[in-house]
Amino acid sequence: MDELLLRRLTPSVLGALVRRGADFAAAEDAVQDALVEAVRVWPADPPRDPKGWLVTAAWRKFLDATRADAARRRREELLHDEPPPGPAPVADDTLQLYFLCAHPSLTPSSAVALTLRAVGGLTTRQIARAYLVPEATMAQRISRAKRTVSGVRFDQPGDVATVLRVLYLVFNEGYSGDVDLAAEAIRLTRQLAVTIDHPEVAGLLALMLLHHARRDTRTAPDGSLVPLAEQDRARWDTTSIAEAVVILQAALARDRLGEFQAQAAVAALHADAPTAEETDWVQIVEWYDELVRLTGSPIARLNRAVAVGEADGPRAGLAALAKLDASLPRHTAVAAYLHERAGDLATAVKLYVEAAGKASHLAERDHLTRRAARLNAHRRR
Amino acid sequence: MAKYLLLKHYRGAPDAVNNVPMDRWTPEEISAHIQYMNDFAARLEGTGEFVDGQALAPEGTWVQYDGEGRPPVTDGPFAETKDLIAGWMVIDVDSYDRAVELAGELSAAPGAGGRPIHEWLELRPFLTEAPTITE
Repeated sequence: MDELLLRRLTPSVLGALVRRGADFAAAEDAVQDALVEAVRVWPADPPRDPKGWLVTAAWRKFLDATRADAARRRREELLHDEPPPGPAPVADDTLQLYFLCAHPSLTPSSAVALTLRAVGGLTTRQIARAYLVPEATMAQRISRAKRTVSGVRFDQPGDVATVLRVLYLVFNEGYSGDVDLAAEAIRLTRQLAVTIDHPEVAGLLALMLLHHARRDTRTAPDGSLVPLAEQDRARWDTTSIAEAVVILQAALARDRLGEFQAQAAVAALHADAPTAEETDWVQIVEWYDELVRLTGSPIARLNRAVAVGEADGPRAGLAALAKLDASLPRHTAVAAYLHERAGDLATAVKLYVEAAGKASHLAERDHLTRRAARLNAHRRR
Repeated sequence: MAKYLLLKHYRGAPDAVNNVPMDRWTPEEISAHIQYMNDFAARLEGTGEFVDGQALAPEGTWVQYDGEGRPPVTDGPFAETKDLIAGWMVIDVDSYDRAVELAGELSAAPGAGGRPIHEWLELRPFLTEAPTITE
């Protein structure tokens, strides 16, 4: 039983139902029911045309559900209006679903949940487990999201930037539960890249592939964080890196720079360096300059200060940092690191302890605490 | 998407505005309070923001390791312990502002005279997994 095939077919099956006139919320439920039936029936009786089978099954589920509803009249109209079967504009449907599930009227968490279910074909239970909330809560989040977008016309063109933000959120959630959200985000972004030709989609895909390529080396077996400079580069996934670099170069050649391409360019420069010492920090600073210009983001400025510290020395990094708002997340951690590099270990220890107290991630907090402990041990010697 | 713990204290929080102990409320006021809490949890489940909620007995036991092969030492409860947790609710929300808004609503639960207690609730963010993209 190929679960991934089912999940790949999900958006086009759902699109087909919506195009036949089913409302999105009911169609989405019907497709989920059809997927469950496929899992049950296919192992013993695999269909010759999996997508056709799913469309038929889902349409039947939809009609059953509307029959059960009081909307009998609407169903009868639909039966009369059913379009003749023929090749459906699959790519269009899929793209429209991405737009709908990332609609600006949705909160980020609703858009993420809806995208994973309606485009990704994941079950509510899988999504709930991935986000560590009860299944009932996730079911409500999804059904509210569906109600929120129920009035949105399916053929309305959407904004690709909102879709990319949702996919980025899914990717950044990483791995928890039995669903690998990072891998799922890559799959969904790859599928999006097939349906729309846009340099920022390519940029995000490259960015994800580059980070994913390093994933196994980012944590030690005990779960502790391994900083970029200390990662075992021999274990980076060179196939993914090579693929990402090709995708990124093609995107950059189109001269429509955006934030994801710029972030991917930074990640590519890290991936390019055979050792941490050979990292081209000067170029990385230039990309952060672009990123700051494009987004004005304080996080980009903070990352730029780190890069300046590597390119021009820790004093220059501290000078760049001094211009930034000290209340930024990770500002104290960056200051600690730059003071350590500058040889001011007493200040570094104090800042590492302070940064650990402010950390919002468990592994980051432990990492900062370990750094402080290591410097303390070093100073006692 | 961030999880927060709403902590309700038996003891240790600053004084509430409507600070009448529950045993001096009328039975109807107690029912109204419990109903409010249940409705709040149900509403959060409906908005897809509810994760967990539990109430704790006021009396507990302190437990301490006492060395290899020996049973743990138990003691207490200690009357002088300053902080005593009454219960918690875990929510999963889009922003800190939303968490504050919900905590504020919970703090408005009715107490004596059917008026809001204005109880201080403690709002604590969960430490999360590290994000995939950090640098």
